[in-house]
Amino acid sequence: MKRNARLLGMGWLFHIKMLNRSSFNSVLVVLYPLFFATVAFFMYRAGNPDALFYASLGASVMGIWGATTTAAAGAMQRERWHGTLELLVAAPAPFALVLLPVTIAMSTIGLYSMTTTLLWGRVLFGIRVHIEHWLLFCLSVPATVIAIGMLGFLLAVSFVRYRTAWALGNLVEYPVWLICGFLVPLSLLPDWVRPISWVLAPTWGMQAIRESAQGGTPLPDLLVCLGLGAVYTTIGVLVVDHMLRAARARAVLSLT
Amino acid sequence: MSAIQARDLVRTYKTSTGIFRKRAVDVQAVRGVSFEVADGELFGLLGPNGAGKTTTIKMLITLLIPTSGSAAVLGYDVVKDAREVRKRIGYVFGGDRGLYERLSALDNLRYFAELYAVPPAEQKRRIAELLDLVGLAGREKERVEGYSRGMRQRLHIARGLLHDPPVVFLDEPTIGVDPVGARELRRTIAGLTQAGKTVLLTTHYMFEADDLCDRMAVINKGQIVAEGTPSDLKALVADRTVIEIETFGVDEDAVERVRHASSVSSVSIEDRDQAQVLHVQSPAGTELTQTLIGLLGNTRIGRVAVREPTLEDAYVALVGEA
Repeated sequence: MKRNARLLGMGWLFHIKMLNRSSFNSVLVVLYPLFFATVAFFMYRAGNPDALFYASLGASVMGIWGATTTAAAGAMQRERWHGTLELLVAAPAPFALVLLPVTIAMSTIGLYSMTTTLLWGRVLFGIRVHIEHWLLFCLSVPATVIAIGMLGFLLAVSFVRYRTAWALGNLVEYPVWLICGFLVPLSLLPDWVRPISWVLAPTWGMQAIRESAQGGTPLPDLLVCLGLGAVYTTIGVLVVDHMLRAARARAVLSLT
Repeated sequence: MSAIQARDLVRTYKTSTGIFRKRAVDVQAVRGVSFEVADGELFGLLGPNGAGKTTTIKMLITLLIPTSGSAAVLGYDVVKDAREVRKRIGYVFGGDRGLYERLSALDNLRYFAELYAVPPAEQKRRIAELLDLVGLAGREKERVEGYSRGMRQRLHIARGLLHDPPVVFLDEPTIGVDPVGARELRRTIAGLTQAGKTVLLTTHYMFEADDLCDRMAVINKGQIVAEGTPSDLKALVADRTVIEIETFGVDEDAVERVRHASSVSSVSIEDRDQAQVLHVQSPAGTELTQTLIGLLGNTRIGRVAVREPTLEDAYVALVGEA
């Protein structure tokens, strides 16, 4: 147990350090979501200026989600290109404990995007960041980061098995912005979409962040968010060995 | 009990051809490979590119599942007991890949020490020992992206030995490394067996195999075509003689004429600066020199020498005539 916790912690630190070493990646993680956030700010300012803070929080979580989906897909492909994926698989450590810190590190890097998006909104659009419950807000943000990292882990398991699954990372990025209510309230979405929103942890993480900022009751949302993260992790852990076995049978762990 | 056992290993890759009308094609990379490596032995797996060396090694280190056949390392099946096998083996491959380049050697080694469950209290000492062993002490805090190929290769070896595995797989470890660096690496590899480790080495450098291996197998087109000590393999061509003809600008037609001359067993070409040296094997006692020079026609010829066959000639005969 202690060894597994250490492996998770050291893996997280290692990948955080590596992600931070690439100035190109860091700039990309920060700049890319800013373009979309800017579009959202313009739209909300034209329509309903009072909702700008709503959009600001939503846009900030978009960056965390983007860093996890597209970056996780790209990172798995990079591991494959660099020959390190084979080394990670060939190590005796349970692969789930090797992969989980990678995706959580990526969602953590998304915090850069969150911070800069909030600052961007404040400086250029005059959006004041007023948080009612700082303590709950400070709990909601890392909980959302962890839950998104866990969802990223589930996606990454498929990236390991299917060489072309990296495209899935790009594919799921934008729909989730809408489905999870980052930019528009869930009540505006068609009824049939809502069950999809409910099974996605970012929906609840987003709600917890907004509730804590606006002085509501974020704890139920927070618990559902973390609960769903735990479910993703459990599913990932259950299927990862099967996926790895299939990857070894089909020789897709390397590109050579 | 043998440290490594491979029995009738077969590995088929599925691929496809065509863009609009895709057709599935099965490519057999390894076709029934069997061999055993004794405890503490340094065993070489030799063969040209695409012969099936890396595929064989990847099945043994649990990265590929054999299509059929079986293999075991220290008695553990590579498919059923993959995790037990992984705890007991080190894997080092050649080339630039397999390292986190943006980070330092120390970061890389610390991370893999965690993955291989090296106890935290031992990590510092173990990493320092290995950095000393591979000659990277003092450079460990530099980013790997600034390392030469030889330094990366030595870092690979340190990584592969972190958990002190009893069995080490080295897949073309000196590929692309300069001669001095390669010599140092060979010294390190020789030291592994002195430390009691079992080593399986793949290479296509014959002098390296001759220098290091206790026994070796030659693999060609997915099958083992010969197995034994370096002396055993040399004995396969003991009844031959080798004529070396230095040529300048020899063309394909001339080489083909030589290749098809009677009494010629095999021909290989080695580029030496501006010259191309033909190594022509023929049965001992056959006088072919004048015939061969005649067959080369107008090709400019330099030095001509007749010599005893080497391990490389045995290898050329085995893979060239198969």
